[in-house]
Amino acid sequence: MGTKELIWSIITLSEKELRRFMRIWVQTLVPPAVTTSLYFVIFGSLIGPRIGAMDGFDYIQFMIPGLIMLAVITAAYSNVVSSFYGVKFQRAIEELLISPMPNWAILFGYVVGGVARGVMIGVIVFLVSLVFYPNFEIENYGLTILVLFLTSIMFSLMGFINAVYADSFDDIAVIPTFVLTPLIYLGGVFYSINILPDIWRNISLANPMLYVVNTFREGMLGSSDVSIPLALGMMVGFIILFAVICLYLLNKGIGIRQ
Amino acid sequence: MTEYALEINGLKKVYDNDVEALKGIDLKITKGDFFALLGPNGAGKSSTIGIISSITNKTDGIIKIFGIDIDQDFPKAKSFLGVVAQEINFSQFEKVEDIVITQAGFYGIPKDIAKKRCKNLLKKLSLWDKRHDQARNLSGGQKRRVMIAKALVHEPKLLILDEPTAGVDIELRREMWDFLSDINKKGTTIILTTHYLEEAEQHCNNIAIIDEGSIVEDTSMKELLSRLSIQSFVLDLENEIQELPDLPIFDLKSQDSKTLTATLTKDDDLNSLFDKLSEHGIKVKSMRNEQNRLEELFIRLVKEKDGN
Repeated sequence: MGTKELIWSIITLSEKELRRFMRIWVQTLVPPAVTTSLYFVIFGSLIGPRIGAMDGFDYIQFMIPGLIMLAVITAAYSNVVSSFYGVKFQRAIEELLISPMPNWAILFGYVVGGVARGVMIGVIVFLVSLVFYPNFEIENYGLTILVLFLTSIMFSLMGFINAVYADSFDDIAVIPTFVLTPLIYLGGVFYSINILPDIWRNISLANPMLYVVNTFREGMLGSSDVSIPLALGMMVGFIILFAVICLYLLNKGIGIRQ
Repeated sequence: MTEYALEINGLKKVYDNDVEALKGIDLKITKGDFFALLGPNGAGKSSTIGIISSITNKTDGIIKIFGIDIDQDFPKAKSFLGVVAQEINFSQFEKVEDIVITQAGFYGIPKDIAKKRCKNLLKKLSLWDKRHDQARNLSGGQKRRVMIAKALVHEPKLLILDEPTAGVDIELRREMWDFLSDINKKGTTIILTTHYLEEAEQHCNNIAIIDEGSIVEDTSMKELLSRLSIQSFVLDLENEIQELPDLPIFDLKSQDSKTLTATLTKDDDLNSLFDKLSEHGIKVKSMRNEQNRLEELFIRLVKEKDGN
């Protein structure tokens, strides 16, 4: 494939991925907005004032970056895992395997889909949060956008690995339900680890989600429980690791070729 | 420049469950050919096609598409190839037009060109009216035609058709064959697998029969059919007959009072059969082969292989 053909093939796959989640926007874009609104009503407006300040911020203000990350991670991961498992299930993966697209371009197209949905959900949840906390001001736009993209890429790649190994629809629900969600909830979405006893604080530092959530909070609020360079390095490291694993699986044909 | 559209040498496939699907097959298909690859279920046809189209990993062997070794430059080799798979393999929730244009995009074809080609193909395959429909709302035959449009949109030089007419009604099947014959005449090499053996007999120039992972026959259709030593015919009679005429050399059998079957060897001729029947006052109104000729040969070859 020449460069022009290659670029066009990536655009085509990316467009297809965007078209897929936009076509079912009621399932893909609306639920995070509804769920987040409920979090803001219950934890922000009703319970939040009783909790008081967290790390020097109104509780609702403190929650906003965490809730955005919760939605972004779930969206990016579930977009790729359900889309790639879907094409495996419907045998539409053959369309791609038969074509001359290189494996890295196939991976790139799916990641574009995951990132697009992750970023879109991030923006939607942020807009919803402005309804409940209109005076919110982003502290560091550059870091916020960087973390938004790095997180979406990282979890899109994780979703891809899950989809490659998945043999049933149950398999694509297990990791998000039993691994991702608990780690995110315990990763500082609703609280600062500084309020925890030492032992739980130290255990929390082993949770990778804590670094993602706190780096994003640093970008939005200028407040973090972890070292930002370390957290950014971890994210880039995980992205490289997951991308290598994805390409290895594609090149070997694991889960997609007999 | 090679004269072959496809060269297969020593192709082997052993699946994870130790099933040996291909035992080292060799096959050469010349450019511009309309080639039939036949075999019973589980013979190795789908494994062969799967490996050529990179859906299945090979265990061993060499495959060249228009002289390009798939192990050396698979993307280039794949750009020559179009495949109509046996199973529907597109997203059922996409619109027909989007499915075809997207497939073109995977080959790097810009959207404006893809749209023109899509329109042309959908019109030729009687699907233009359905272009905005979601694929899941199409009939089985319409889905098969979407598969053909999808396989042709990048104008491949080698087209593999794996059971292309399954579920397609008679009239549309004829239209499809006219269309496929036309693109073959324009230079596209076609490899066909089908269970409708009369279609293979009618359209293909050369044939290979695969059974239990080995090629048991690889020759021209004409040569293969010429080996048929016995043919059975069904004769529709002008008038009812009360009893069967005594003509043992033709092994006459009565299906009903106005229908006979006759079996002729290679040395017999039909005129002598008609002469004998006329002598008994029997007039034949029409006649047809009892079984498709290729089907008779196919069954015999596969049985021979099985040692029956």
